[in-house]
Formats: sequence, C-alpha cells, structure tokens
Amino acid sequence: MAHAYTPGLKVTEKTLIKKDRRLPLKGQVIVKKGDKVGSDQIVARTELPGNVQPVNVSGLLGLLAEDVPSHMMKKIGDPVAKDETLAESKGFFGLFKSSCKAPVAGTLESVSSITGQVILREPPMPVQIKAYIDGQVTEVSESEGATVEAFGSFIQGIFGVGGETNGDIKVVAADPSQELTVEMLTPDCKGKVVVGGSLIRYGALKKAAEVGVKAVVVGGIDDADLKKLMGYDIGVAITGHEEVGLTLVVTEGFGQMSMAGKTFKLLKSKQGLKASVNGATQIRAGVMRPEVIIPLGSQDAGSEAVKEAGGMEIGSAIRVIRQPYFGKIGKVSALPHELQQLESESHARVLEVTFEDGAKAVVPRANVELIED
Amino acid sequence: MAVDPNKLKTILITDCGSTTTKAILIEYKNGEYRQTTRGEAPTTVEKPFEDVTKGVLNSVREVEELSGRKILNGDDIITPAEGLNGVDIYMSTSSAGGGLQMMVAGVVKSMTGESAARAALGAGAIVMDVLASNDGRLPHQRIERIRHLRPDMILLSGGIDGGTVTHVAEMAELIAAADPKPRFGTSYRLPVIYAGNKDAREIITKTLESKTALLIKDNLRPVLERENLTPARDAIHDVFMEHVMAHAPGYKKLMAMAHEVPIMPTPGAVGLMIQSLAKAEHIAAVGVDIGGATTDVFSVFFDKGTDSDVFNRTVSANLGMSYSISNVLAEAGIANIMRWVPFEMDEAEVRNRIRNKMIRPTTIPQTQEELQIEQAISREALRLAFVQHKSMAVGLKGVQQERTISDAFEQTGSGETLINMMDLKILIGSGGVLSHAPRRVQSALMMIDAFQPEGITTMAVDSIFMAPHLGVLSTVHAKAANEVFLKDCLVRLGSCICPTGQGKEGQNCVTVKYTREDGSVVEENVKVGQMKLIPLAEKLKAVVVPAKGFDIGAGKGKEMEVDLEGGTVGLIIDGRGRPLVIPEDKKERIKKLTEWNQALGVYPK
Repeated sequence: MAHAYTPGLKVTEKTLIKKDRRLPLKGQVIVKKGDKVGSDQIVARTELPGNVQPVNVSGLLGLLAEDVPSHMMKKIGDPVAKDETLAESKGFFGLFKSSCKAPVAGTLESVSSITGQVILREPPMPVQIKAYIDGQVTEVSESEGATVEAFGSFIQGIFGVGGETNGDIKVVAADPSQELTVEMLTPDCKGKVVVGGSLIRYGALKKAAEVGVKAVVVGGIDDADLKKLMGYDIGVAITGHEEVGLTLVVTEGFGQMSMAGKTFKLLKSKQGLKASVNGATQIRAGVMRPEVIIPLGSQDAGSEAVKEAGGMEIGSAIRVIRQPYFGKIGKVSALPHELQQLESESHARVLEVTFEDGAKAVVPRANVELIED
Repeated sequence: MAVDPNKLKTILITDCGSTTTKAILIEYKNGEYRQTTRGEAPTTVEKPFEDVTKGVLNSVREVEELSGRKILNGDDIITPAEGLNGVDIYMSTSSAGGGLQMMVAGVVKSMTGESAARAALGAGAIVMDVLASNDGRLPHQRIERIRHLRPDMILLSGGIDGGTVTHVAEMAELIAAADPKPRFGTSYRLPVIYAGNKDAREIITKTLESKTALLIKDNLRPVLERENLTPARDAIHDVFMEHVMAHAPGYKKLMAMAHEVPIMPTPGAVGLMIQSLAKAEHIAAVGVDIGGATTDVFSVFFDKGTDSDVFNRTVSANLGMSYSISNVLAEAGIANIMRWVPFEMDEAEVRNRIRNKMIRPTTIPQTQEELQIEQAISREALRLAFVQHKSMAVGLKGVQQERTISDAFEQTGSGETLINMMDLKILIGSGGVLSHAPRRVQSALMMIDAFQPEGITTMAVDSIFMAPHLGVLSTVHAKAANEVFLKDCLVRLGSCICPTGQGKEGQNCVTVKYTREDGSVVEENVKVGQMKLIPLAEKLKAVVVPAKGFDIGAGKGKEMEVDLEGGTVGLIIDGRGRPLVIPEDKKERIKKLTEWNQALGVYPK
C-alpha cells in the first residue's frame, strides 16, 4: 500500500553534507575541484543585469514618438553618465532648445519610435556566493557554481527565518524543556549560535539581536511573538530573506515545545564548534527546511551509512505532529491495515504508538513523522 | 492519433495534486460507465524522489490492490486491456509543482487586462499579477515586478483590432527590458503569448522575438463588445505542455505514460465539468475547489450584456487549507475565524495550531475540536475566495449598453458582477475539507455560511474529488465523463431555502408547504434566527411563503411555487436572514452556533 506518513526531520551526528552553491545567472567560478574552503570564502560571482529606467523622451521634449530617434544624442549601446544629455529638441534656428537628461548612469538599451520611450540600463549588480560551510569543493559546474562537501552533524529544523550565517555553538538552556529567557543572553553570546530549550519569547529574541547573537536554535515559538519580531503575519511559509537581526531556527513547532532530546543532546555535544545556520524555509514546491550544519573536519570522524527514506514499520521511532499528542515521541507498536474511525468521525489509516512512558495511543498515520537518523 | 471512444471500456486517470496524487478506475459494466476503484499516494515532485511518476505509480498500485486488476508491468501501464490485465487508456491532470504561474499584461487594467486574466484563469493558470498601462505603477516598478516574479509565461494583450498600438508596444518594451527568466531551467526562453491588436504584431515581434519565445495568437478582445478567449487559452495549454511541464521533475516520463491525451492543468479540467453541468441543465452554477495551496471558484451565469452564459474561474493563490492556511489567518484575521468556533478557546492557541498546520501540511484532524477549528478556517477561506470571484466575474467593461425602460429601473451596467445569488441553482463543493468531511451536512453548512446562498439553491459535493479526472476524460469521451459525474461524483446534498432580509429573532421567517410522495401534507415553519433540517430524499414541488420583509426570489413577502430537491442531507431551511449576521458577543455567538449545529446534526452530541 502507498505510504501515508510524513518523512521526518533529519537529525544526525555524522553524515556527508553536500551544498550546491549556484549563481542565479551564469558567471565566474573562483574555486577549483579539491580546494578546501571556509564558510565565508567566495566560491563564485556574477553580475546581475542592472535595473532599467524608462525615459519618456517624446513626452519630455514634446516630440512625436516617430521623431525621437532623430533627436537622440546617444546611440544604442552607448554609455551614459547621470545628467548627461540623452536627446535634444532642435529649437528655432538653434535657439530655445530643450534637452532630456539621463536620470541614472548606465547604457542606452533601446529607443522606440512607437512609444517615444528610451530605456537606460543601469550598471550591473555584483552577486557573490559564499561557500557557506567549511569543507572541500568536490564539483565545479563551469560558469554556474560549485558543490562543497563536508562531513559533519546535520540538524533540520521545522521552520525558520533569516538567511545564512555562522558562529560557534553555545548551549544556554540546562535541558530541552527550559525556556530561553532574556537573562541567559549575556554579552558573551555575541557572534554565537545560541541553543535554547522549549521556547523563546519576543523579549529574548530582541535581546539576542541586541547582544549580537548570530542565530538562535530553539524548540518552539509563539505565533504572536513571531509576528512581533517580523512586524507582520507570515502568509505562506516561504522565508529566508528577513532582516530581523539574527537567524532563527525552530526545531519542533509553534507554541512551547521541548526540543527533541536527540537534537538537544547533539547540539550540546558540539558546544564550542562552528556551525553554519540557515533559516530559509519553503513549504511548497521545492520544500526547504531550516538547518544547522556542524562540519567535523575530516571523514575520519566516521561516517554513518546514509539510510534511504523507507517505509514505516513496527519499531520505527516516530513523533506525533498534531493534537492531542503533539510532540510526544514513541515507537510504532501496530500498523493495522484497515481504515479506522477517528474521534473526528473521519476514516483514516492509523497506527498504534507506544510512548516513552509506556502509554499507548492510536493516531492517524498522517499525523506522525519518522524520526530519521 | 485520435482516440476511439467506443474502444474505451477500462479507463485509468490520475490527478497529481500539490500534496496528493489520486488515481481512479472507470469501467464500463452493465451498459454504463462507473467509477469503481480509487487509490491515492503522496505526490512526489519533491526530494528525495523528484519524479512525479513515482507518486502516480504508487497510487496506481493501490488501485491494482483494491481492484484485483493487474495494471502495471514494472513501471509501465499495460494498454489496451485484455481480460483482467491492463486498461484501455491512461490519462492525467496535474497541478503538482505549483501548477502554471502566469503574468498577464494588457492596456487598460479593467478591460483588456481583465480579459487576459480571464483567459489565463480559464486555462488553469494562477495569475501572479496583471500589468497594465494604467495600473498606477511606474514603468520601472512594472519591470521590477516582472523580474521578481519569474512567471512560467506571460500573456500580453491590448487594444482592439485597429485600435491603439502605442500602449501595447510600451508593455512589450517593458517586458523586453525586464529580460525575464523562467522558473524552471536556465536554458530556455520565457514563452510570451501575444493576443492583442493585430496591427501591433510587427512591432511586438520586433521588440520581443529576440528575447523571448514569442507566440502570436488572435486578439482576445477584437472588438469592445466581444471576448475571443479560446485561441489564447489553447496556446496557454500548448505552451504549458511543451515548456513548463517538461521542466518539472518527472513530467517528461508522465507525458510519455499519458501519451494519448494531453495532460491538463487540474483546474482547467474541473472548469470543464462545471461548464458542462451548467450547460446540460441550463442553470446558473458555482463550483469551488478548496485545496491545500489554492482555492478555485468556477461560475456560469447569464450575462444580459452579451446575451450568453459566461464562464468564469478565479484562483485565490494563497487561500488554502494546508500550505496557505496561515494566509487565511493573515487575510481574514483571527476574529473572523474565531466567530465560527463553537466553543471557548484561547486565540493564541488557535493561532499556534494554524501555524503548525502550515509547517506540517499533510496532517489531519484527529479530534472533534481539531475538526471544528479546521472547518471554521475553511469557511473564511471559502468566503474570501468568493469575494475575489465576485469582483472578477463581471460583464465586459467599457461596453456602452443600450437600455430599455425596464432595464433602466434595474440600474445594472457593464462591469457589474454577474454573480446573482438568487439566480444560483447549484453550488458544488470540492477539495479535501468539503469532499472528505465526516458528515455531509458539515460540507453543506460550511458552504452555506461562506457563500450565503439566497432563495432556493441545491447543494452538492464532489464525492471523492474526481472532477479533474472527469474533465480530462470529457475531452475524449464526454458521455462517459457525464455518466460518472452524475452517478458517482456529484453527491446531491439537497436544497437549501435561504430567505433574504432581516427580522426580529423569534418572529416567523418562512413557511414551506409540500406534499410528500406518500400523500402526506407537510407545513414547516421556521423562525428568524432558526435553522431546520428536514430529511428528504425525493424531488417535489413546494410552496414557500416568506414572512413580511423576507424574499425568496419573487419579492418581499411574496410566496413562490418552487422545485425542491432532496439528497443525502435533506432540505435545509435557513432562517438566519441575509446578509448573515453572527452575534458579536462571545457567549451569545457560541450559544447560537451550538443551536444551529444541533438543529442540523452537524457534530455528535
């Protein structure tokens, strides 16, 4: 039968991490295959075509559109400085001339005799792509980008805001259920990736940004606090470009939620190591989850075989991801085939889960996720 | 190669949705076509699979297991059928990977801009933005928008034939200056379909040919009084197949599998079914498909201006029940969602639950409380989508209408919405929250609350969401598609009597008198603020008498003889008046919601 479960978030101590670093347009790749790179090192760069500025020459000079080309002082492709004369009316016997000046510097891209419009293109904008993680270049796509690989720990969050950053890990919560409060954010958190427990509130987020924290990794956040941080309600989960002073990675969900023990333990064991963090989330076509990557230097650290995402079976470790057991972790103890009626009166394929405390519950298969290694 | 409908006895159709791929098997048995088996599986355009055909094969495997028919030979679908092996034809619809995302550009926003949007929407696209010479934006802002949105294609129109050339040329220059890049693939050029003033073709070609994959089609508004949307719509379909789908993960394989009939965008296929129902029964119809990411509304209403039935479709791209659920909260506001929750609950908790559904979009409500919250949100998603639809489904703008003296009293002009709820005869709901509601009456009430039908309206739902499948089937076998639509797809819930007007709670609102099949005479009285459900399976004639100040279509206080239809829910009499007013006081609101829910048996006690 077809699977009806959500593949879980990856939390793994050692794995091979591959990061494709692609330019939005073709450009120049600076690194070579085999190069060792640091997270802040530039691997490729290009120039995005500049903005365009239409100039209504016929309107400004009072000319018919078809007469505009013959009044141009510049040819298509010519460079133009700001305030340089683009076109000029002929005036009477050389008197009472009026001119049209370039509003921006750039090149003359087109002159239309239909609309009387001239288009100026501003100088190109440079775009640089950094390596993002400490690692090795293993592949170079000519003019497009490079692949950087590293062995390390990999933690996938469920939701985040803010873009790529990096810093040393500092765990401030004593356990995964502790809230990350204002008092925990001391000046020595500056430049760090701060790890909390079950919740962070708006006040603490603000303080973290003030202190200069690079990223916060925490179990849960209240929607109202996220709204305060962002200044607006998020409509769809497509994030990554917010400028809120730091990057935020939520590992469990909205509301107070203890960080999964495995995640917390792993982050604690990597205290002091450098982590690369990205809050970008996209829960639509091309799903993307926020992440924390801790490169471990060499392959000698040992590599676990990468498991294929497989089906759910009895004994699989799962987390319930919806009420009434939201956040509880357990093992699959039965997988009945037949559809069963839920309390909501819907019929769904279910499973029986045995929680860590030995209690059992029946939940829809759609409401659990596998805890992946 | 043309498909011979007479040879189709076993038909397999899939629809690849944004979340789920659904397969149905249709078989010709005992002289009729029936849907016999259904399977579903998660859609697989994302990692780790990145191949839409994996989900298709998984859903087909489920059909195999349930039907006992061997359909697959490895990863191939066996065609044609021989005994219990294979199927005669396989076809598919798809909205996976975000569907078709377009920008449209016209000269005047409310005229050619709207015609272009209608053409794109009717073809099954999501319209990301409508650019027009008079859209209030500066030229550089329009260019910024084109560059930023990265649409799959652009439809450019503008000017009636023989009309203005300058403005449409200006729009083309802006598109050329933006040098837009498509969403998928860096190696192909963005398709631009030009369907505007034929006199501007040469200029458009000169401006856009070197920078885009330009296609020229007939003007979609050749004269002010007429739209000619079909050539542009067909071109959109073709480009979608050739360019957009071909670049999405696994689509080439899917196109090879469904090689006999072109894959259709899901919403385009649903639109075909709604149109064919309205045409067959000569009635005004509204259909809604509420999905995870978008809510599509379809309507067919008579336009006096053009003296013809007009089909409209709108897509509310960010109103849905999973990926877009947070946008429902952002657009409707928490207070509007809470007004449908029939119990005490902390607003902050509801907000967190909505966010958690957004980040884990495939979960389902396990408890009654969760179900009721989800159904409260769906009312707002449906309501907002319908508001958008009403503003788009308008008569042709810019047309000077000649009026008779009787028309002058109605004071309707061009550009007014065509949606007249009193004229509406059938309201059809589709999509998970409506098709899979545990009790059918829940679907009926969600639609009544959101759409607020007036007068007499039949309510129906798509039983298991197979309208897209039948839409694509109708292109090769209209008879089979209609048979299955009426027998297996469309579940008639029953008529709903909704008088318009306001009155004092407790006063009489409406009386319904009818004679049942067994000869018994029934008289039902419903008071203002009350709801009533009468179990009814048959069709019958009734006399409906609205109280003073209320109208059911004949005028205030005037009785009417009407046709009522029974169904799986029965006859609903809604005495709450129109427009519907929900008490603002929390306690009073919960009391009324509970009363209405109990009167209709919406939730278990």
